[in-house]
Amino acid sequence: MTGAATVRPATSGTATASAVTLRGVSKSYGDTLAVSDLDLTVQRGEIVALIGPSGCGKSTLLRLVAGLERPDAGSVTVGDRVVAGPEWVPPERRRIGLVFQEHALFPHLTVADNIRFGLDGRSRSEQDARVREVLELVHLAHVVDRYPHELSGGEQQRVALARALAPRPEVVLLDEPFSSLDESLRARVRADTVEALHATGTTAILVTHDQTEALSIGDHVGVMRAGVVEQWGRPVEVFERPVSRFVASFMGDADFLPTSVTDSGLACELGLVTIRKDVADAEVVVRPHEVSLRLPGPGVTGAAAVVDRVEYQGPFILHTVRLASGRTIRSWQPHSVRYPVGTEVLASIAPGIVPSLLSGETALTHSPTQPDPTATPLPPDVGSVH
Amino acid sequence: MSAEVETDRPVAGSGRRSRAARLPGSGRPAWSALVVVIALLVSVPVVSVLVQAVASAGDLALPSDLLEMVLTTVALLALVGLGTSVLGVGLAWLVTAYDFPGRRLFSWMLVLPLAMPAYVLGFLFLSTFGPAGGPARASRSVFGGSGVVELLSGWMGAPVVLSLTLYPYVYLLARAAFRGQGQVTWDAARMLGATPWRAFRQVLLPLARPALAGGLAVVMMETLTDFATVQYFGVRTVSVGVYLTWKGTFDFASAAQLSVLVLAFAVMVLTGERLLRGGARYDARGSHRPPAAPTRLTGAGRWWAFAAAASVLAVGFVLPVLRLVWWAVTATLADSSSLSTGRFATNLANSAVMAALAALACVTLALLLTHGVRMTGGRLARGAAQLTTFGYAVPGAVIGIGVLVSFAALDRSLEALGVPGGTGLVVTGSVIGLLASYVVRFLAPAYQAVDASFTTISPSVTNSAFSLGASPMRVLRRVHLPLSRSGIAVALVLVAVDAVKELPLVLLLRPFGFTTVSVWVYELANENFWEQAALPALLIVALAIVPVFFLVRQVRLAEPHRQVTS
Repeated sequence: MTGAATVRPATSGTATASAVTLRGVSKSYGDTLAVSDLDLTVQRGEIVALIGPSGCGKSTLLRLVAGLERPDAGSVTVGDRVVAGPEWVPPERRRIGLVFQEHALFPHLTVADNIRFGLDGRSRSEQDARVREVLELVHLAHVVDRYPHELSGGEQQRVALARALAPRPEVVLLDEPFSSLDESLRARVRADTVEALHATGTTAILVTHDQTEALSIGDHVGVMRAGVVEQWGRPVEVFERPVSRFVASFMGDADFLPTSVTDSGLACELGLVTIRKDVADAEVVVRPHEVSLRLPGPGVTGAAAVVDRVEYQGPFILHTVRLASGRTIRSWQPHSVRYPVGTEVLASIAPGIVPSLLSGETALTHSPTQPDPTATPLPPDVGSVH
Repeated sequence: MSAEVETDRPVAGSGRRSRAARLPGSGRPAWSALVVVIALLVSVPVVSVLVQAVASAGDLALPSDLLEMVLTTVALLALVGLGTSVLGVGLAWLVTAYDFPGRRLFSWMLVLPLAMPAYVLGFLFLSTFGPAGGPARASRSVFGGSGVVELLSGWMGAPVVLSLTLYPYVYLLARAAFRGQGQVTWDAARMLGATPWRAFRQVLLPLARPALAGGLAVVMMETLTDFATVQYFGVRTVSVGVYLTWKGTFDFASAAQLSVLVLAFAVMVLTGERLLRGGARYDARGSHRPPAAPTRLTGAGRWWAFAAAASVLAVGFVLPVLRLVWWAVTATLADSSSLSTGRFATNLANSAVMAALAALACVTLALLLTHGVRMTGGRLARGAAQLTTFGYAVPGAVIGIGVLVSFAALDRSLEALGVPGGTGLVVTGSVIGLLASYVVRFLAPAYQAVDASFTTISPSVTNSAFSLGASPMRVLRRVHLPLSRSGIAVALVLVAVDAVKELPLVLLLRPFGFTTVSVWVYELANENFWEQAALPALLIVALAIVPVFFLVRQVRLAEPHRQVTS
């Protein structure tokens, strides 16, 4: 986006700390620009989640790193080795593991032979030992002689991971690896995968369309749109301090309320948001879990609202309430609270929440004490963003 | 909430498939080059015919009866087109729309005449409807003349025999189209007040037009390729002209000039197909609809329907086979030494060796092409691979003359380099030329069969192999080859059978004294030794049933089946 973030050069003294570096990478298909002048640094040993709407370029980025696509411009570095750019290293010589959504196990080979496939050139005993080792890592030592079609979806996914890890790759790339699994199985396999990656200290880049997955897995999350990384940060930053309207609404439900400057600071319909007064026409981002609803009573403050719609969501009950201005906002209430439609309630921002502010499409800085007109969205310790 | 954000749920394959289908980028020029070189080699014969014709354009050496040949070709194409349309569309409509005794059996048995080579059915017609045959004698005794009957052993025999052996192409595609359109279209037409005939004529037939165009194009190409069968009936098409010119004068220039004329006919047929298709592909969406329920015929109608289907099958396949069996048995009983004579064994061995070599060569090339395309994924390689399949659409006479011309050029340049051996040694002295023509002509079915297997191998399987450090050759050996085994097997069988069946190319290119089973049948038939031709002919028919079986199975798999949907 704004390019205000610090970019850590891959070739500086800390080169060995970064596992994958993309610099100025572009790739287009015909007239469609899939990835546009993108910079990205992934540190060794971390798990990075890339998320974005379809066509945002996240899968293309993965394919560029894997060597399945050639960048039109820019360079890709894996470890200390430039693999695309001035040099070209074909995928089979990159030492990068790949795990696909459809697992892509070789259907004509047993689990053991699938894993052995990547261990070509090593002695048989070495191969057998490694096969056992990686299968134990994913808790599947008992399926060693089975064929892929004899495995469940979750087992196939874990074998695919074991196969990718067996040659000890620099990096493992995972392309929506859990989306073909049942909802009930997904959380379990996801946890196993993260455990195996951490246990081996493997660097991983994961592409997903699932917000929860990105937030729970990633050491860093990159939110992509239209071929660029719009926000790069730790999960908590991406979720709680989105740099743009797009990120705010993509990473979870969000409503937007206009603010006005008052004597004590910026206020929206739900009350005071911040004490700063230096911005006009700002909007505040309110997520459903940040809005509290209470019944009117002595000492209860908040904006008058009427419950418009109630949606049962299991653990939560989503209330949509209409404010005096006619705008609606959403609020998650705990399971036990259910206000019938038409109930008059008082809505306010939950205590302790500092909501994000938007000016136009981009976010304003959060610190109320140090207004920063350049709106640098990221602390300097995180990776880079274009 | 987020009105402007589209969610990224994988939409049932469509969007994702196209992304996953993209293959490794242009990083493998060697494989691209290999695919392009194969494509160039395959197109050499056609190019050399054109070059030879242009080079000798100064002195046109066309035969005097050229106009007659052209008109004969046009008439033959028109009659065969008409015959196959009537038989193919009519029978397809019959088995799709109506229920009558034996409908299910007929619906696939009607494909069987495809296994009857025209040059076999042709000599059976000659023997049956000739002056000495039973029908002609009966006609003479009843009407005092044999008129129509003898026409069938005269020029009319050619379009009738070709129509009977080629109509299954139209039949298969028309049936698929009729079934694909399904109940909905049919019901809609009927609900709007159309009679069954009007619904067929004004709705279903136009909808089936693209499929018909495709089927007719194949029929016309086969008709253009044939220059053996039509000679039984004294019909001289342009392809016959090429053959006779070459065999009569051994003059490259005039043979090439005539070949270009044949090629022009082929281009016209393909253009005609495009026009008839009209850029429309109506059939794309119908594939998942249940087919229309057939109307149950009652009373005499059902027996008329039965008779129509049964008579075509009888004339096109059952009676000819019975006749061949009868002849084969009697001839063998009368002279049991015919089996043990060296000729049978030699000719059979010749056919077998040629078929095996052709199958191996075609499948190896097809495998290299499909693997190469997958290695590069580039448009160039894809286009070049597609180019190699054109051989099936080039008439045999053109391929034959093209191979002769290009091998002669090779001979000359070898001689110029100091390699001993005059022009024609490689061409007429060995089977290499014949093998080359087989490869040009049969690479298409081999490529399609192997490619069909490759499409079932997900690109991510290929990419997984790469990410595990496998080189392209190792990916071929350990992943692609084992996973495309079924396609390779089908390709081997298809090419081998096609090669045994093939007649025109062998006639044109065989070295002196080299006879295959197909040529033997043709020679025996031409000399009216029909009884002796029966056994080898029967052998060819038996082999030719194998690919028909594949075809039927393939069509069945592709067809929508009636399902109970709740």
